Amino acid sequence: MSTDALNHFGSQLLSRFRQVDFYRLVAQSLKNLGIPLLGVLIFLALWHSVATNIVTSLGQFPGPSEVWEQSKGLIAEHQAERQKAEDFLQRQLDRNASILAENPDAEVRIRDYTGRPTFFDQIFTSLKTVTFGFILASIIAIPLGIVCGLSDLSYRAVNPIIQVLKPVSPLAWLPLVTMMVSALYVSDDPMFDKSFLNSAFTVALCCIWPTVINTTVGVASIDRDLIDVSRVIRLPTLVHVQKIVIPSAIPMIFTGLRMSLATGWMVLIAAEMLAQNPGLGKFIWDEFQNGSSNSLGRIMVAVIAIGLIGFCLDRLMLLLQRKVSWDKNAILR
Amino acid sequence: MPTPYLDISQLGIEFDTDSGPFRALENVNLKIAQGEFVSLIGHSGCGKSTVLNIVAGLYKATEGGVILEGKEVNEPGPDRAVVFQNHALMPWLTVYQNVELAVAHIFKKTKSKAEQRDWIEHNLRLVHMDHAMKKLPHEISGGMKQRVGIARCLAMQPKVLLMDEPFGALDALTRAHLQDSLMEIQNDLGNTVIMITHDVDEAVLLSDRIVMMSNGPAASIGEVLQVDLPRPRDRLELAENPEFNRYRQAVLKFLYEKQKNPAKDASAKSTDSNSVTDASKTANQASAQTPHDSAAA
Repeated sequence: MSTDALNHFGSQLLSRFRQVDFYRLVAQSLKNLGIPLLGVLIFLALWHSVATNIVTSLGQFPGPSEVWEQSKGLIAEHQAERQKAEDFLQRQLDRNASILAENPDAEVRIRDYTGRPTFFDQIFTSLKTVTFGFILASIIAIPLGIVCGLSDLSYRAVNPIIQVLKPVSPLAWLPLVTMMVSALYVSDDPMFDKSFLNSAFTVALCCIWPTVINTTVGVASIDRDLIDVSRVIRLPTLVHVQKIVIPSAIPMIFTGLRMSLATGWMVLIAAEMLAQNPGLGKFIWDEFQNGSSNSLGRIMVAVIAIGLIGFCLDRLMLLLQRKVSWDKNAILR
Repeated sequence: MPTPYLDISQLGIEFDTDSGPFRALENVNLKIAQGEFVSLIGHSGCGKSTVLNIVAGLYKATEGGVILEGKEVNEPGPDRAVVFQNHALMPWLTVYQNVELAVAHIFKKTKSKAEQRDWIEHNLRLVHMDHAMKKLPHEISGGMKQRVGIARCLAMQPKVLLMDEPFGALDALTRAHLQDSLMEIQNDLGNTVIMITHDVDEAVLLSDRIVMMSNGPAASIGEVLQVDLPRPRDRLELAENPEFNRYRQAVLKFLYEKQKNPAKDASAKSTDSNSVTDASKTANQASAQTPHDSAAA
């Protein structure tokens, strides 16, 4: 075989490899993107065909196209409302400027715009509420879980209470929370709205349990050898917790936190609907009561938004877990 | 005999189990001199690790006790550092940080930050791990992890180094390297060591004395074998050394002839646990029993 022929053979082989590589890449991206996309498309088609066959007293059940229209409408509404708010502020500024020009000592005030909260305002309120409730719950749940995991006695003492309170729907607490907040949170210049606190405490009540339980399990199942190392070194309890217990239990703590956040988000929507507290839940309830031909579509937009936000919150926790956890090889789902 | 460095006397322990108390150890007596390397060998479940854990202070003896340098042992402490079988490194800390965890706390008051750093690096150099200080445990091999585990213990400057089957989870070649390293270190530093092992060759190669334990329940010390091979020892030379082979045979005989048979198990237990069996005699009298055993029987 001549060198040329060998070279030719070589380059052929190489291009074969490249082709194979290319096919693999295509197959890979089909699997990673194509299949989920196909799933979504099939779902949309099914949804569309089912929706056209359901007629309610408020008109046809919203299909994908209706939802698309309504979400555009909600965005436009939000922008219009923002414009109004800006105009309102500008008018006040202009008026104040002219007053000050006449009399420099005059007292001027800026009034807040009190328009109807838009869909996006409600999303923001809900996010704020769930964050506050979730953080409050975590501040209680993680230390409690660590104590229960470290000491069998405290676990035995606390466990029955946890087991009984855990299955209680936080909505059952809602009336009690509402009365408690209005009785105890009395201030002339309140930092938080009462409705905000009601929702947040309700969320916190259901966020506590998964985190407590998972933290307890995580702490209780630390490798015995690692604990023995700590005992041999005679680490003081606080250093032991900080250097051995928490890093060791971080994966389980995060499992609990993610479950907590997911249930917290679900419960929040229900609480807002039930108590008429501002947020996405109230948006849905208002639309339902409103009963216009647009209502069902707008509710569907809210449903999808709730799902997407819940998904994003979970991904956010996952990112945080990746950042905090030492176990970078663990498969995080 | 002068007061021993480490004195284990009349040691016994009972564990609470669902089916009532379980007596794991009974009447364990052992005196160890400073700088001595002692191996505990015996079948699985005979309570070797329990002895070690009591000396470490991780378990509390039901009766009897341990005295180290005139002080009773009743809690774990860095003067009795433990090398665990599965390295027990914190997976979230680097090699350096794992040693630092011990050093920073134990020498908080006696060493400055710079001295601590030098001390950590010095100990990692001793086990030839100074090249991987920034690596995490999952990035290094099993043998390397165990080296770091040993460095962590050496860095505590223990009076007694306790090793719980330190090389049991390693392949034969890695094990040999680590045994050589350990001999080298012990030769230089003169540590007092108690090591648990399953491996007869390892016990003979490393030890000044081999303590052979009878089978449980209520396990005790069966025989003690003094190994009078000159140091430093070389595994290749020893392989052809008839003395070395006699010692091996003595241990093997104990493990596979005497301890296999429950009747003889009972007779072995009734011997004075501190008696030192003359290995050459044991080996010569191929027909089983040592003079001690016959005397007791």
